Amino acid sequence: MTAKRVLSVLAHRLAILAYVAFALFPLYWLLKVSVTPNKLLYSEGIRMWPSQTSFEHFEFVLKHSDFPVFFKNSLIVSGSTAVIVTVLASLAGYAMSRFNFRGKYWIVTLMLLTQMFPLVMLVAPIFKILSPLGLTNSLTGLVIVYTAFNVPFATFLMQSFFDGIPKDLEEAAMIDGATQFVAFRQIILPLTLPGIAATLGFVFTAAWSELLFSLMLISGNDAATFPVGLLSFVSKFSVDFGQMMAAGVLALIPACLFFLLIQRYLVQGLTAGAVKG
Amino acid sequence: MDSLAARSSGSRRDQRPLKQRLADASAPYLYSAPALILIVTVMLVPLVLGISYAFRDIQLLKPFSGGFIGLDHFKTLSQDQNFYRALRNTLWWTGWSVLLQFVFGLILALLLDKPFHGRAIVQALVFLPWAVPSFLAGLNWSWLFNPVVGPLPHWFFAIGLMSEPSNILSDPQLSMWGPIIANVWWGIPFFAITLLAALQAIPRDLYEAASIDGAGPVQRFVSITLPFLAPTIAITVLLRTVWISNFADLIIVMTNGGPADRSQIVASYIFTQAFKRLDFGYASAIALVLLVLLITYSMLIVVLRQWLLSKD
Repeated sequence: MTAKRVLSVLAHRLAILAYVAFALFPLYWLLKVSVTPNKLLYSEGIRMWPSQTSFEHFEFVLKHSDFPVFFKNSLIVSGSTAVIVTVLASLAGYAMSRFNFRGKYWIVTLMLLTQMFPLVMLVAPIFKILSPLGLTNSLTGLVIVYTAFNVPFATFLMQSFFDGIPKDLEEAAMIDGATQFVAFRQIILPLTLPGIAATLGFVFTAAWSELLFSLMLISGNDAATFPVGLLSFVSKFSVDFGQMMAAGVLALIPACLFFLLIQRYLVQGLTAGAVKG
Repeated sequence: MDSLAARSSGSRRDQRPLKQRLADASAPYLYSAPALILIVTVMLVPLVLGISYAFRDIQLLKPFSGGFIGLDHFKTLSQDQNFYRALRNTLWWTGWSVLLQFVFGLILALLLDKPFHGRAIVQALVFLPWAVPSFLAGLNWSWLFNPVVGPLPHWFFAIGLMSEPSNILSDPQLSMWGPIIANVWWGIPFFAITLLAALQAIPRDLYEAASIDGAGPVQRFVSITLPFLAPTIAITVLLRTVWISNFADLIIVMTNGGPADRSQIVASYIFTQAFKRLDFGYASAIALVLLVLLITYSMLIVVLRQWLLSKD
């Protein structure tokens, strides 16, 4: 019996180990190639760790390429999208959580529908709409598009956070003479701060990762976001693997930071946006 | 209007002045207005416009295009072999991705459901791929498959899977598997997280009672775990199927639909038509067909659900 138990514990740990290895190996390889000096890149192709490491690729990427601009653009776009979406979604989520009104069913249906249909359908019409407004090739255009795409899911997420706060709190404040909006702003919002942080994190990560619309809407280098810059770099200089992977490591940093921030709320976020990923 | 105000204030007989009642009734709409306006202008209007494009000749490089051409795009589409291949590839891509993500996600959830030392940190590490931006996941895996810098072709060669270390992404027969593997890596956490949450909601004493009654681990899994998980499994698999069938990022980054359109799915085919050929009309026609297929699929789910509910 004990031998059998030891064996099952061992099998469990080995399986866990296999999963960890599978999850981390690609990222490990990315890091490994990014610190391998060019002269060793081909001779030590599949060694687990190079005999010599250097930061020459990072140095090149940071000093002699446009990646700092792409990085800044992506930060601006993802940061503004996250903030605007969170404000709009807090308001809408509060309405969904606290009011019973006729249009609610239709609003929820509309928001669910936007999560179901293929966004790639919108690539052409959105380009046609934004182009005469001067919003293609601009960060503002991207922020508007990303904000709209992320609001429905963020609304469901915020609603789930508001649902967790007892209604008596603002009722007590309203008996004391506060209007509902004042009660919302001064009592409910501070209590949802963790939820707000989680929503910021989810939306930031989603905007940071978006590819198709930034490819379609952005063409010049000045307004290129990280994915656009990295992909054009890859198609132009597809032999500089070290530099590409160094840039990849840089793109990973903010995403990982926000992942750590929202880790606790993953379940809530994934069920609110079950269709979003 | 009366009943609405009464409902929102909760009092049985409303004695507030009309102005106050109006303000109360409009409050929820005011809260949700900014979000709604944005959704309607940036998603709904382009959707309708896109549907109209399907019946028009819209090409960005032809300044005088734009006229209505009826069903011409759909006639071309019915002859388009690449479209049929993309349709078959979509089934292949979605089927394998969902199946593998689900199976490995379920196993991972079951492994993590057992308490052990360092579970929190393991959980953070195995869920990390979910946080990796999809374009980077695609690039990362295409580098792993590249015999110049990646180890995978050499390993496949060493264990005899390949006759020489080559890139499966440029092999017409195998190229689809590159994005599928990347997608599985990227999507396992999603299933694992949702299934783990459902697992932890199962009352523990059920298992104890079952083992006192002499049920083995397999029997406990089949008669307790699976029935409890079934609703979560059904909903996540069905929704995920829709999402993955539309998910073109990895394919566009890794193979760009190639070689020779062999790994094109419908979503990436739409994007290629719009982005590379700038033929917005034809892209929208394909998109409309995709939309109809997805609506049909969703209707089937609804009907299936009704049927299952009525059977119980």
